[in-house]
Amino acid sequence: MTDLTLTVNGKRVTRDVPGETLLSELLRETLRLTGTHVGCDTSQCGACAVHMDGKVVKACTMLAHQAAGTEITTIEGLANGELHPMQKAFNDNHGLQCGFCTPGMIMAGVDMVQRYKAEGKTLDEAAIRHELEGNLCRCTGYHNIVKSIQQAATEM
Amino acid sequence: MSVAQPLPHDAARGHVTGAARYVDDIPVPRGCLHLAFGLSAEAHGAITALDLDAVRAAPGVVAVLTADDLPYANDVSPSAHDEPLLATGTVHYVGQPIFAVVADNHLAARRAARLGRIEIDPRPALLTLDDALAADARFEDGPRIYRKGDAAAAIAAAPRSLQGVIEIGGQEHFYLEGQAALAVPQDDGGMLVHASSQHPTEIQHKVAEALGLAMADVRVEVRRMGGGFGGKESQGNALACACAVAARLTGRAVKMRYDRDDDMVVTGKRHDFRIRYRVGFDEVGRIAGVEFVQYARCGWAQDLSLPVADRAMLHADNAYHLEHARIESHRLRTNTQSATAFRGFGGPQGMVGIERVLDHIAHDLGRDPLEVRRVNYYAAARDTNAGGGLSAPRSATPSPPEGISAKMNEADLASRGAMHEAVEPEGPVAEPPPEVQTTPYHMPVTDFILHEMTDRLAETADYPARRAAVRDWNADNATLKRGIALTPVKFGISFTLTHLNQAGALVHVYQDGSIHLNHGGTEMGQGLFQKVAQVAASRFGVGPERVKITATDTAKVPNTSATAASSGSDLNGMAAQAACDTIRDRIAGFLAELHQADPGSVRFDAGYVQVGGERYTFEEAVSLAYQNRISLSATGFYKTPGIEWDRIAGRGRPFFYFAYGAAVTEAVIDTRTGEYRLLRADILHDAGASLNPALDIGQVEGGYVQGAGWLTTEELVWDDRGRLTTHAPSTYKIPACADRPDVFNVALWDGANRAETVYRSKAVGEPPLMLGISALMALSDAVAACGPGYPALDAPATPERVLAAVAQVRA
Repeated sequence: MTDLTLTVNGKRVTRDVPGETLLSELLRETLRLTGTHVGCDTSQCGACAVHMDGKVVKACTMLAHQAAGTEITTIEGLANGELHPMQKAFNDNHGLQCGFCTPGMIMAGVDMVQRYKAEGKTLDEAAIRHELEGNLCRCTGYHNIVKSIQQAATEM
Repeated sequence: MSVAQPLPHDAARGHVTGAARYVDDIPVPRGCLHLAFGLSAEAHGAITALDLDAVRAAPGVVAVLTADDLPYANDVSPSAHDEPLLATGTVHYVGQPIFAVVADNHLAARRAARLGRIEIDPRPALLTLDDALAADARFEDGPRIYRKGDAAAAIAAAPRSLQGVIEIGGQEHFYLEGQAALAVPQDDGGMLVHASSQHPTEIQHKVAEALGLAMADVRVEVRRMGGGFGGKESQGNALACACAVAARLTGRAVKMRYDRDDDMVVTGKRHDFRIRYRVGFDEVGRIAGVEFVQYARCGWAQDLSLPVADRAMLHADNAYHLEHARIESHRLRTNTQSATAFRGFGGPQGMVGIERVLDHIAHDLGRDPLEVRRVNYYAAARDTNAGGGLSAPRSATPSPPEGISAKMNEADLASRGAMHEAVEPEGPVAEPPPEVQTTPYHMPVTDFILHEMTDRLAETADYPARRAAVRDWNADNATLKRGIALTPVKFGISFTLTHLNQAGALVHVYQDGSIHLNHGGTEMGQGLFQKVAQVAASRFGVGPERVKITATDTAKVPNTSATAASSGSDLNGMAAQAACDTIRDRIAGFLAELHQADPGSVRFDAGYVQVGGERYTFEEAVSLAYQNRISLSATGFYKTPGIEWDRIAGRGRPFFYFAYGAAVTEAVIDTRTGEYRLLRADILHDAGASLNPALDIGQVEGGYVQGAGWLTTEELVWDDRGRLTTHAPSTYKIPACADRPDVFNVALWDGANRAETVYRSKAVGEPPLMLGISALMALSDAVAACGPGYPALDAPATPERVLAAVAQVRA
């Protein structure tokens, strides 16, 4: 066991966890933040996406200790009293069905909007589709997911 | 009224905030244990030695179970009792569970499961259709055959004829949430099971058998699944039974979730098919007679393969009137995963068969495939009054056959696999009047609306002009070739095992006017809970926010059928409506008496109850009823009327009605690499009078993409030892965001269902998947532009297959 300190959703957390603990395990089992889902266990489906220091990472193939000293934001930390514009957009545009991929989609969506804004680039539909290649959805056919991110991009 | 509003999914807020819980997210009692299976590495053989000492000694391991440790039934089959939870002496496929490890965490269990030393004396394995045919390894005695007219004579007499064969691959469900179950022992010896399952009653039944308990001792709760698609109709039995047995043994809660690779290796998938065809036709492409031979690769255990293969036969006509047809079906046993339910349940494979035939005829004649399709369409429904349709009024219809033959007593009655024994219908199946067109199984087609739908879609999608543009493009471009295709869908709605077409609901109205809704359907993302809640709200004339949606629970509504066969809203919506109406009628009767009015004149609307000149809020009316000792709780029950058929003879009315749809897809291929893109898809789909157009359009969009994925990029590959080599998303390619057509237009047809369904809506779960067939046919059209030959494209039409087909048509 080794002490690990990091910030999760704005709160400083110190836990004694084995070195092989995955970040997804720390979040889901130790901290009970089960909105971060594990879909494929191999960082391909994106259901486990969270933010580390403001950038999207896949928590199911990252060691918890690799996140030492960083700031992690999960889907539970996104809303600030009211829904984040990305969350609201997925709700309003029917951007979900079974909902399992949704947290990862939202975290990826927030990351891409922020990144494009910071770089002064336009996040058009084609760019969203390209950027979402690392997040799989089996229910929706992606149509409403793209619409949701487009709407949020205008509101963030 | 709440019905027909495009409300968001009931749990949308929970999903976007991460609050919505799946099985693996449920807080577990202290000391919860975790399970993993040790799997067979051989496709077929006898277990000669099983040394599990290293497994038992591994860190965190609490117990190890083999078949000998199971106290009662070692059976997770939904049909023929041919599927042990843990292997008994012989293994039948690579991935079959042989032992179970119980450990104090998920990864410890998985790591230990790799340490078993299993010696297997290999036996010859049947891996392919040809292997199974050569060995005559099948389920059921021989091929099933459905006949109408004399196909062979009609083909012989026709001016033209051709024949061919298409291979159609299977499909991995790839529900984003893998299989999962959690068993919690109860203080009375009973068991509570949370399962990611489309069929809680099946889980209850199998767990009861595994524990030697009565069904009443087992309670199964399903709040939601992270996708199902048929893959959670029977495939969750193993996890639930293993957890329950381990929980009984240890006295602790036990949880299991398959790692994705294990999920893909262990569980069944869509059946792959080979379909041979021979067809006779005239100069305009009208089919005179057609013969199909369908070969289904069922895998090692029977599971639901018989009704799947039946449904493939029942959709061999799709939208086309076949005067003379012969359909032969072989259900073949192989040493691979036991193929199972997958959205469409055999229907898609049968439909691809006839769509291939029409594409082939059109190519032979050099005609637009759409024209050939249209000359073969069933006759249009006569525009009788909307109240007519397939069914007589509900109160006047005869009941479906209730008698279950004694032969079925041993069967798993709540499972679609129960049809392993022939059930003869009671009395002869009525012949339709001669002027009505019938399917190859002799069911009259009286609700056919594809003429109008095709007209409208061809216009909105600009099909004729775009077909001309594709021709022009292909004349000018040597490397990139385009193709376009419009294909229709006609899908039969009802469980083909007639007795499953029943559902129950339980509704409580509390004294504050809030409503608690429960029914037998499960939520897997399709929006069933919201649609049924909208029905309930509409019956009481209140807003949907007043209806509390609750988890499916075998203790509230018993003896449920699987949420499958697209039946969820049709069955459970009607059952919920019946329960609500019972309570509403009691309130109305009481208020009418109070005001000396006619009970039929009491109105529930916009949050008020109107009786004579008096108007109460809904809360006031409920409170008054409570104070006057009126029961405010009711069950509701529904059974689909008017369906009756003989599955052995292939005669009768298996379906209450048909759901329709049509899609146009345009694709472009690179003739040098075989790579392709879907450029545009236009869809018009029939959801009847939609209960919730936003949710229904979501089903259509997702269904099309899933269907197109099945027929294009989703390729399952087994090696020559029977190992599935495509066991992760790295090698098994489901559509990603950029694979979707660049332009994607989806609309709902605006007609009401002619059959008396809930608010005249139509089932919408499975039918849209088959809209994806237009993608395969668009690729065929593009390949056909490369040379004189017929593409004869197999599915999935991967870039490799497209490239090979390009070479073949040029040869």
